[in-house]
Amino acid sequence: MSEIPKVTDSNLVEPASTPGSGRSSEWSETLRNAWSFGRTKIGVAIFIAIVLLALLGPVLAPHTPTEFVGAPYSRPSPNALFGADNLGRDVLTRVLWGGRTVLGLSIAATIIGLGGGIVFGLIAGYARRFVDETVMRLLDVLLAFPQLVLVLLLISVVGPKLWLIVLMVGLSHAPRVARVTRAAALEISQRDFVKAAEALGESRVRILATEILPNITSPLLVEFGLRLTYSIGLIAALSFLGFGLQPPAADWGLMINENRVGVAVQPWAVALPVLLIGILTIGTNLIADGMGRALIGIERRADV
Amino acid sequence: MPPLLKLILIRLGLGALTLLLVSVVVFWATQALPTDTAQAILGREATPERLEKLREKLGLNRPVYEQYASWLADVVRGDFGDSLVQQDTPVTKLLRTRVVNSAALVFVAALVSIPFSILIGSLSALWRDTKFDVTVSTGNLALAALPEFVVGIGLVLLFATNVFRVMPAVSRIDPGLSLLNQLDLLILPAATLTLAVAPYVSRILRASMIEVLESEYVMMARLKGLKGPLVLWRHALPNAIAPTLQVIALNLAWLAGGIVVVEYLFAYPGIGQSLVDAVANRDLPMIQALCLLIAAVYVVLNLLADIATILVSPRLRTGLR
Repeated sequence: MSEIPKVTDSNLVEPASTPGSGRSSEWSETLRNAWSFGRTKIGVAIFIAIVLLALLGPVLAPHTPTEFVGAPYSRPSPNALFGADNLGRDVLTRVLWGGRTVLGLSIAATIIGLGGGIVFGLIAGYARRFVDETVMRLLDVLLAFPQLVLVLLLISVVGPKLWLIVLMVGLSHAPRVARVTRAAALEISQRDFVKAAEALGESRVRILATEILPNITSPLLVEFGLRLTYSIGLIAALSFLGFGLQPPAADWGLMINENRVGVAVQPWAVALPVLLIGILTIGTNLIADGMGRALIGIERRADV
Repeated sequence: MPPLLKLILIRLGLGALTLLLVSVVVFWATQALPTDTAQAILGREATPERLEKLREKLGLNRPVYEQYASWLADVVRGDFGDSLVQQDTPVTKLLRTRVVNSAALVFVAALVSIPFSILIGSLSALWRDTKFDVTVSTGNLALAALPEFVVGIGLVLLFATNVFRVMPAVSRIDPGLSLLNQLDLLILPAATLTLAVAPYVSRILRASMIEVLESEYVMMARLKGLKGPLVLWRHALPNAIAPTLQVIALNLAWLAGGIVVVEYLFAYPGIGQSLVDAVANRDLPMIQALCLLIAAVYVVLNLLADIATILVSPRLRTGLR
């Protein structure tokens, strides 16, 4: 980018501080712009609704998740509004209980993936040359595995422990996040205020943390929304395959697995969790898309 | 050496290096983790004799680098060892028909999804900002978000069990019959994969097509009086596809991973189903073979896309001189 800085009083006096303070609002501007899109509002509304459902669900549930309310796969009745599952437990209750695990694990995995990816991406983008090449090539190797296959490979020996699943889903995001971070960091590290900080002799870690990271928050926000969407899909898919939460836990992914045999007689036990997972991922993707559009808008204006 | 050839050789070398590193990851994750692999496979109640026997069989008593070297030497020769679950049957033998089944599924899905997404993407670009375009982009956004098992179960609920009952809900291929006689069993799994891939390809094609449609040579073709559809198919499409080759290859590779969930969902006897079974049973040689295979598909497809992009884009070719 060819920016010709205007010489004004403020940046004559304090050249290094202007970008820092001026840019801390960068991500909030992205958020504000994102909010102006209808799709972002719909996405946020969906996300909040599902989070509330997951958090308040256990309080509202008419039964306990392991209580028997009827014959296996019995049809909806006044006692069990959406019928019973494969073992005769209340479908509605288990749906109300089953969102917490999906949400909690996905958010944790996303944070781990973003954290790891940002660290690698910043190192690669700022160090450049040999370190950059090496880090990115090694991460490319992980990219050769589809995310689900990578997670399955990494949990295959130790077995499906929840902490391991969260860690590995996070790890499978890291190379993808690192690519985005690196590209953004590479661009920012050419800017004058980074050069100024280097000239002042600030440490590399400090430059990365205080000069570069605050200036790439917008693309990382988009990345967070996107990775959260995929985390939900991955975590739910792992439970669906039988490698996530184990019975008798009430979990949306596991419910689909347990009840799919009886889907012709009692569709609700499968349809409700599928519907909720689907709506949730659409919601988070709408937010990510809204933020992505806001980001493109800001970059376009910056170019002009 | 001509620069073009050199560029392609460098790509080939990098591809080979990636494959080698992939094998390191697979080996490390299955045989060299800082846990007792034999114990992990057999469980806590395993007797010392059985543990010892398994260690012997997998070569776990030797130093790690030695294990890796002999394992890799076998793999290069196409020997992935014997399955731990089905005693004394080579993994390659167990996988043969499964690979064919999965390849057939991916092939059908690719055959439908790629032309379909190219068509949808081109039309969205041509009718930019119309109702059609907006509908497609909204649909793409939703489909891209949905996990594939959600799409698959949606199709099962809709077409196989509850609303219409026109399709089989499970796709148990009869090994005695030719796949061609059981194509109806492929419809729902292939449709699920198609819906999962289409949004990515059509979105990138739309963007690329818009750029091409605004270019001078397309304007020129129009000014010369060529009809809209002719300009689109003859002049714009070939140029719009070149930058999307990478994405198409990436999505084909993604299909190789997406089959895991889809095959499990439809009980389709392919390698995805094998992987789920192998992980559940901790059948290490099987897991190693399948993960290597799936990653190799990705590396090779990516390589082909790279080379194809080099060959078709004039800018890259001439930029070398």
